[in-house]
Amino acid sequence: MSEYLLRAIDIRKYFVGVKALDGVSLEIKPGEIHCLAGENGCGKSTLIKIISGVYQRDSGTIEFDGKTLNKITPISAIMSGIQVIYQDFAIFPNLTVMENLAINSQLVQKKKIVSWKNMREIAKEAVARIDFQVDLDAQLGNLSVAEKQMVAICRALMFNAKLIIMDEPTTALTKKEVKALFKVIMQLKAQGISILFVSHKLDEVFEIAERFTVFRSGKLIANGDTEELDDKKFTYYMTGREFEVVPFTPKKMTEEPLLEVENLGLEGFYSDISFSVKGGEILGVTGLLDSGRTELALSLFGMLPADKGKIRIHGNEVELKDPQTAIANKIGFVPEDRLSEGLFLDQSIGDNIAISEIDNLTNKGLLDKKQYQEEIDRWVKELTIATPNPDNAASTLSGGNQQRIVLAKWLACKPDVLILNGPTVGVDIGSKHDIHVILQALADKGMAVIIVSDDLPEILENCSRVMVLRDGRMSGEFLTSDASEKLILDKMM
Amino acid sequence: MAEKLKVSWKKDSHIWRLLIIMVVWFVFMGITKGGKFYSVVNFQTMFAQFPEFGLMSLGVMVCMITGGIDLSTVGVANVTAITMALFMRKIGAGSDTLGLHWIVIAFILALLMGAVAGAFNGILVSKCKIPPILATLGSGQLFTGIGIVMTNGSAISDFPKDFAFLINNRVAGIPVQFILFVIAAAVLAFLLKKTTYGKKLTLLGSSHNVALYSGMRVDLLLIKTYLISGICSALGGMIMLANYNSARSDYGSNYTLQCIMIVVLGGVDPDGGRGDIVGVLLAIFLVRALETGINRFPQISSYYISLIWGAVLLLVMVLNYLSSHHIKLFKKK
Amino acid sequence: MDKIIKKLLKRTETYIFLILLLLSVLIQARSGQFYTPNNIVDIMSAMIVPGLFAVGAFLVILSGGIDVSFPALASLTAFATTKMFLDMGYEGSVLLPLLVAVLIGAVLGMINGFFIGYLKLPAMIVTLGTSSVFKGFMQGTLESKQLAVIPAGMKSFGVSSLFTATNTQSGLSSRLPVAFLVLVLVVFVSFLVLKYTMFGRGIYAIGGNEAAAYNAGFRVKWTKFLLYVFAGIIASIAGMIRVCMMQQCHPTNMLGMEMNIIAGVVLGGTVIGGGRGTMTGCVLGTLLIVLVENSMILLGIPVVWKDVFVGLLIVIGTAISAYQVTRSSRRKGNRKQTEEVA
Repeated sequence: MSEYLLRAIDIRKYFVGVKALDGVSLEIKPGEIHCLAGENGCGKSTLIKIISGVYQRDSGTIEFDGKTLNKITPISAIMSGIQVIYQDFAIFPNLTVMENLAINSQLVQKKKIVSWKNMREIAKEAVARIDFQVDLDAQLGNLSVAEKQMVAICRALMFNAKLIIMDEPTTALTKKEVKALFKVIMQLKAQGISILFVSHKLDEVFEIAERFTVFRSGKLIANGDTEELDDKKFTYYMTGREFEVVPFTPKKMTEEPLLEVENLGLEGFYSDISFSVKGGEILGVTGLLDSGRTELALSLFGMLPADKGKIRIHGNEVELKDPQTAIANKIGFVPEDRLSEGLFLDQSIGDNIAISEIDNLTNKGLLDKKQYQEEIDRWVKELTIATPNPDNAASTLSGGNQQRIVLAKWLACKPDVLILNGPTVGVDIGSKHDIHVILQALADKGMAVIIVSDDLPEILENCSRVMVLRDGRMSGEFLTSDASEKLILDKMM
Repeated sequence: MAEKLKVSWKKDSHIWRLLIIMVVWFVFMGITKGGKFYSVVNFQTMFAQFPEFGLMSLGVMVCMITGGIDLSTVGVANVTAITMALFMRKIGAGSDTLGLHWIVIAFILALLMGAVAGAFNGILVSKCKIPPILATLGSGQLFTGIGIVMTNGSAISDFPKDFAFLINNRVAGIPVQFILFVIAAAVLAFLLKKTTYGKKLTLLGSSHNVALYSGMRVDLLLIKTYLISGICSALGGMIMLANYNSARSDYGSNYTLQCIMIVVLGGVDPDGGRGDIVGVLLAIFLVRALETGINRFPQISSYYISLIWGAVLLLVMVLNYLSSHHIKLFKKK
Repeated sequence: MDKIIKKLLKRTETYIFLILLLLSVLIQARSGQFYTPNNIVDIMSAMIVPGLFAVGAFLVILSGGIDVSFPALASLTAFATTKMFLDMGYEGSVLLPLLVAVLIGAVLGMINGFFIGYLKLPAMIVTLGTSSVFKGFMQGTLESKQLAVIPAGMKSFGVSSLFTATNTQSGLSSRLPVAFLVLVLVVFVSFLVLKYTMFGRGIYAIGGNEAAAYNAGFRVKWTKFLLYVFAGIIASIAGMIRVCMMQQCHPTNMLGMEMNIIAGVVLGGTVIGGGRGTMTGCVLGTLLIVLVENSMILLGIPVVWKDVFVGLLIVIGTAISAYQVTRSSRRKGNRKQTEEVA
């Protein structure tokens, strides 16, 4: 028995000539919580897929539990005790909790016939293991994100899992749910199970992991004990750059607010919201996942029109009944989910940038191709979007660059008010920093910026004021210079 | 120049592929049939035949670029043709002549009908949120049914003859049907390439949700698109009316599938978000040229055409699959 | 009890059943002819072929695919088999021709399965293509013509009946063909396969989340391949039964049925895109289409209105189910909120 449960040594993988993994190694001890970190595109997902048998490596050795694994298939990985919980949990929304839990074991046993009684027993046993209360007959699609994740964890535990890989498990969870998840992870550790925790959230890494490995551009950069790690080092490992955090203070604010909201409400989501934003300031809106923050943001962009209250822009009352009216009133909106709401992934970077202002790039009703191209080139340069050719598909870029496209799309519309819902979710640290710099610069130029986020350090560093929502109502409003993370958290819970 | 060609070879590989297939076919026909295939009359016939399904294909194309589909084209074409046949019969009142102005009015009415039918589809797809395949399947059946009710299922052919005469005419040797097709295709190409509509259409096909978040008027855009498809189909119906010199609810029933085939052959992604009118125009012409060519071989049953179409469609799909998976059949030096 | 009713009210099948009931009462009121033994038997026998097709289409849609090639596939198999046995002067029972048809159907299904399962090409386009190829092969290569005579075994299978129902008032009588048992058997077997085999659960799983199915260890390609083979087999059985019941082989009169069959399946609550749908719904939806198609006369509506009614049925039916989906997703948002508050 070696010291390590998993030893993946000198793994290489190429995709159509592109080096995804360039000789990386990863070693995990039995019963340890190990953090794998790195910016998007660094190769960490590729490595996970290789370990779990979804991809085949081009070279390198993998030892697991003392045995050398040559060819790994999804099934053989499960059989040897490797389980992956993907970001989308790889569940079947149309099947019941019971079936979602039991189906893998049936597959592993190469069963051809289904015994529903047997499946129910397996499912019961699975949820009992982490004491998870759930209706086994509920359709999985109707559960909350956290519940789905628990189902995925229960399922992973059923095969005498020795290693559970969690791919950014906290992305869609509220703070409360993250706490519950960490408790479960500690339980698993106590049972001797190793956890590979993929994340790039610093605070989480420090809180839960004992050892870490950092990749950058397909190469192994550092590994060791998290105790020896600090913020600065970690960031440096991940990005290869050093950052200085400068808290934002508004330089010059407009006399009158650009956007005023009075007693805004939407049945079932939020009520009695009042605030105003002046040009030049950045307002943070925060709250738990179900606090109504996202719905409020959507209402301000006309996607989910409010049914009570008033919205004034430049002092004039407007009814934001659809996104077009919002855009006409110079409101821009960077949505929460870049992949399904922000970007036409398979379309060109240029088209993605220009689409929202396309109607202004016309000449006598016809598309002005020259102007169109100039506009695209301008924004690619201005936001330093790293691409050899704006005709390439948006999907060819990293998360940070993709988010810049979404920003460019809205900046091109020259908004007075820019609302960003989770502007740096799934964005690596380097790009996160760059986006923050851009936002602060925009505010300094006189734009009113609203950042909706539950990333408290982000709010505290970048906003001049913060509004906290709880259960659809305002529970506090502070100047960030007077606020602390603890104070905001207290108002959130 | 060579560089430009190389880029275009990479970017528009499906267009080049179609061109190559077409050249091969034309050379083959030239060698085997020579003058019989390469005669003015033969080409005139071809150019008079393809506009009817060509127009419908253009309609299917715009819908498919948005990620939808239009299965109601033939239904729209037939119900328009029937209504206009009845209309002209009424106006002509037994005589054989109608006069040019009435024919023009009939065309305008037909386009209006197509627009209404198309807008109906568009509303079903956008406002009622019915999957396009089902919405147009149902509406297509509905239109066909209305046509049956209007005619009792039989053919209408006793309308003034000068309509068919006019459309079956030639201007400077060019069939009128073809002229109508060229006008429609030019208008559509203009819309797609020169206005913002084309860009919006493609992006919409890429993701409806993102389009919504980008501030596009998605519902309106969809209605517009299906309306264009309806107009194309109605025009196709009018040409069918002239070509058959009669109207009936079950004419052209295999055009539905044929149009989809043409559009996919033309390089439009069935999932939406990608497609170009040039490819579709080539595919329309190719399909007609294949059929006409095969008809020149009396020993080959005309029924083989359907087999060949299917095989060509599958072949093109497989080639697309291979090229998108970077599998090269022939290694380049 | 309340719970059961609530559960039932959430299901499309319940509504389709109620509509069927309503429609039958309406027909009964107008004609007095619906609830007569011979009419019921007529409808049952009209269900056989569409019902079989529907089962195949249902399984395919459930997996997230679609098949528009089954009428062409059925026509080709039925014609090829009938012609072959005619030329042989075959005098035996229907079983051998049926077996041959099933084999041909399986092979043709493999073609669909290969392109869709292994090459991952879009099902709609592939089946359009194969449909065209099957049709061309039948009409071109086999030079299909109407066959007025069919082998004796098939003929006697077509006329043999389970029982004859007679309407005492009108004196009209109708036979229920033995083939009805085939429908029952196919529905039952497919139901069992769906519910109690990993292959069946795989169909649901792939329809729900294909990538997850792969990661969970389902053999996605193989399952899809097998599914289209299975669909091909069911379609070929339907084609043979159709020929037997009509006592002649008309090669093209099944073509064009695909749209109504798919419509019936979708009306029964199967979601285009896959993952959701039940066998009960599939049968009820098909029954609804068959009922509308066959009861126009009893309702006193001229037959020419048939397509109008079926078209309206599809448009309205799908609009309602689309509306339900939108509404339920909105309600979910609200419920989540109230739970959090409580």
